Amino acid sequence: MLLNGVAVEDTFAEAFAMWGARVLITAENEKWGMAAARAMTGFATSVIGCKCEAGIESAVPAAQTPDSRPGVAVLLFGTSAESVGKRLVERIGQCVMTCPTTACYNALASDTTVPVGSLLRYFGDGFQAAKLLDGRRFWRVPAMDGEFVVEERFGVQPAIGGGNLLILGEDTAPTLAAAEAAVEAMRSVPGVILPFPDGVVRCGSKVGSRYKALVASTNDAYCPTLRAVTGATQLADEIGCVLEIVIDGLELGPIEEAMRRGMKAAARPGVRQITAGNYGGRLGQYKIALHGLLNGT
Amino acid sequence: MSLTLTMKNTPEVPLEADAICPERFEGLGAAQAAAIAVLYGNRRAQLGDFFGIEGQGDGEIRLVGDCRRVKRIGAGMTRGRLVIDGDVGMHLGAGMSGGTIVVKGNAGDLLGVEMLGGAIEVTGNAGHLVGSAIRGGAVGVRGGEIIVHGNVGNETGSGMRRGLIAVGGNAGDFTGVNLLAGTVVVLGELGWRSGAGMKRGSIVSARSADLLPTFSYACTYRPVMLRLVLAHLRQRGLPVTEAHLSGRYGRWSGDAVEMNRGEILLLEQ
Repeated sequence: MLLNGVAVEDTFAEAFAMWGARVLITAENEKWGMAAARAMTGFATSVIGCKCEAGIESAVPAAQTPDSRPGVAVLLFGTSAESVGKRLVERIGQCVMTCPTTACYNALASDTTVPVGSLLRYFGDGFQAAKLLDGRRFWRVPAMDGEFVVEERFGVQPAIGGGNLLILGEDTAPTLAAAEAAVEAMRSVPGVILPFPDGVVRCGSKVGSRYKALVASTNDAYCPTLRAVTGATQLADEIGCVLEIVIDGLELGPIEEAMRRGMKAAARPGVRQITAGNYGGRLGQYKIALHGLLNGT
Repeated sequence: MSLTLTMKNTPEVPLEADAICPERFEGLGAAQAAAIAVLYGNRRAQLGDFFGIEGQGDGEIRLVGDCRRVKRIGAGMTRGRLVIDGDVGMHLGAGMSGGTIVVKGNAGDLLGVEMLGGAIEVTGNAGHLVGSAIRGGAVGVRGGEIIVHGNVGNETGSGMRRGLIAVGGNAGDFTGVNLLAGTVVVLGELGWRSGAGMKRGSIVSARSADLLPTFSYACTYRPVMLRLVLAHLRQRGLPVTEAHLSGRYGRWSGDAVEMNRGEILLLEQ
């Protein structure tokens, strides 16, 4: 299939079942809300090495936050509900609670919840206090600029991680420009995040390694420099650069929509092919067909 | 279709009507509702002796007329909605644990006394001991919300353990006396000796106040939690202004006779 003259391979992205949470950070102004969100989502590119994947979903206007201050919505994903809970405690405790003027609220309605504020409250050393408002319990932890308010429990739900697109271009500049355009288009979809640096990853991985200690290693099939030495290459001669975009979401629909928008934005001059990473359908619970997305099926 | 009770014979002595509770009327027609027993002074009577009743019980009851001598309406209520067009007497919503009561008028003393949950909204004024413990009781409100748009009398929130009481106007003396926890917000003035004997919890006022000497000034700051509470109350229709939301509040810790773990927050003038 051709999309704006770019070949879209008849394949699928293989995605995985995960658990996700949505966190709302508010602060005195957007600068400090973003500072906390960036800190919380730093070093959260892949569960392989970071124990979770996280990203900024969107800025939230003050009129839509519980305390009427500017907010930032963050999505965080892990391999289990328990794992998400642990990561939330670590990252909210170290990155949000420490950031001036912030407060942190659950922004995901779910029957399954994990304790967060009820653990972080102990930092208050006995001076903490709880408030129950409209059925939600909040903890006030005294801090040097006043108080840190954090919700007692956060909702978690089954989610999907590992949706992906591979953009194959002739050279670095046009491939990078295509990836940037795709990221911009994909970020307009609520409910998804692109966990890698500014949404783009250049070292896609395959499962396993010749070194026993590693569970993943470089995706040699898509490395242009290995075209001549690996028998697994998937690259035509004219491909000089491959960039990947990974998508995590709370639901499958938004991931598919993001991939659809991403492909349309990435199909531009200098890009030869758009494809997706999979493991032959053996590992992931979700198979997202690229042609199906473009055909609306 | 809700059940409408319209006052036709105003009682001359108190009418104890804890039977007026939405769940008691579910599935009942007007005739069945009229036969429900009430206590008129020290005599047994029927609801139909005082109210003209129309409609069918579907979880909502509307009371119309002067109910100032009708006591204990909605007492022990667990669900449903009760709307009162007019003034209402003492003990409205006493011990209720769920549902909503709306009074389009004034309420008497002991409004929501020892309430466990649910919500009460009064568009006018309310009497003494709003959301308090009954006399001799140690614990008052244990959950839920009481919002009074006008003024309230003395001892609002006495012995309160949990929940939210909000007053759009002024509060009388001893507001939050013996408070155990929970929040009392007064957009107007606090009376004397507010927070006397409080252990924990928050008393908030948008005006300055004379506090007991057993309260110590801590700092003036912008409490984030209060923004949360005030934004919630603004959604509920109280006249919370931007100055209330974003203003600085003086924090006073007390009562010292109870280990200083409570707080009174006064908006900086």
